[in-house]
Amino acid sequence: MTTPVTPAGFVLGLADDALVSAQRMGWWISRAPELEEDLALANIGLDQLGQARALLTYAGELEGTGRTEDDLAYLRDDRDFRNVWLVERPQTDFGVTIARLLVFATWQSELYAALASSADLTLAGVAGKAVKEVAYHVDHARLWTLRLGDGTEESHRRMQDALDAEWPYVEELFVADPDAPIDPATLRDAVLGRVGEVVAAATLTVPEVAPSVGGGRRGLHTEHLGHLLAGMQHLHRSHPGVTW
Amino acid sequence: MSSRDWPLWEVFVRPRRGLSHVHAGSLHAPDAEMALRNARDVYTRRQEGVSLWVVPSAEIVASDPGERDAFFDPAEDKVYRHPTFYDVPEGVQHL
Repeated sequence: MTTPVTPAGFVLGLADDALVSAQRMGWWISRAPELEEDLALANIGLDQLGQARALLTYAGELEGTGRTEDDLAYLRDDRDFRNVWLVERPQTDFGVTIARLLVFATWQSELYAALASSADLTLAGVAGKAVKEVAYHVDHARLWTLRLGDGTEESHRRMQDALDAEWPYVEELFVADPDAPIDPATLRDAVLGRVGEVVAAATLTVPEVAPSVGGGRRGLHTEHLGHLLAGMQHLHRSHPGVTW
Repeated sequence: MSSRDWPLWEVFVRPRRGLSHVHAGSLHAPDAEMALRNARDVYTRRQEGVSLWVVPSAEIVASDPGERDAFFDPAEDKVYRHPTFYDVPEGVQHL
């Protein structure tokens, strides 16, 4: 029996989710409500960046075009990125950051746990390491969701607003990909079950909203991704091959 | 929310199995559960430890610097309290 080849596009999608999310997390550095939270969000972003590096390198190998992690991170335009819309929009509200992290990290946690026993040994290795990292991200998001949701009247309102704002972008995480080693569609019940438990325990409500059109996996993005990439890629594009 | 609203916690890190927890510093956190996680993020991000304690700073009872002489000086001339004061008899292996 031959092992099915993992599609490069699937790995690139996971890599771009992690990379773009890491860049958004980095926005909080020097801006978080507390020094301790500043470090926590930066640590989470760095974990995601580490996952992105390993996944981008592997995606480059699967493509067979010789592109490195830096080529893929810094020299692609927004239409070539494969991340979901959930991670690319600005998150300048702390509640939004927490709501998004709760959904995204829980999804990553289920996906990486499944991939850790995949027949693709490279992917299994990356996922096996990432499982422990995202477990902490889920925990961080869970604790803040509980405290903000079941906190003051204002924190409850703002946490519910944040969930309402993020929820249209949740469904895109579960778009079917039958060629992938783990079809994200199969994760839906487990992810939404875990998130739903936290939301209920925080005295909040799972929003009932229509999903956004999405399209990140096909290279269709919101206007926000281009701005994010401009900031992220500027140095490398202005000084090709720069190191320090 | 300002840090004036968050109590101070003292952080103790155990660097390796077999060693004891050592005071590493302090941080602000709204409650014990978050204090432990903040301690993880602030004090163990470079693999400094395998175990953490956090203690509310207000719960620590400290000796008074003004009483230092009365507390500590009387031990100064009691060298016989050190185990090196005694001769170990020859042939004793498990002491």
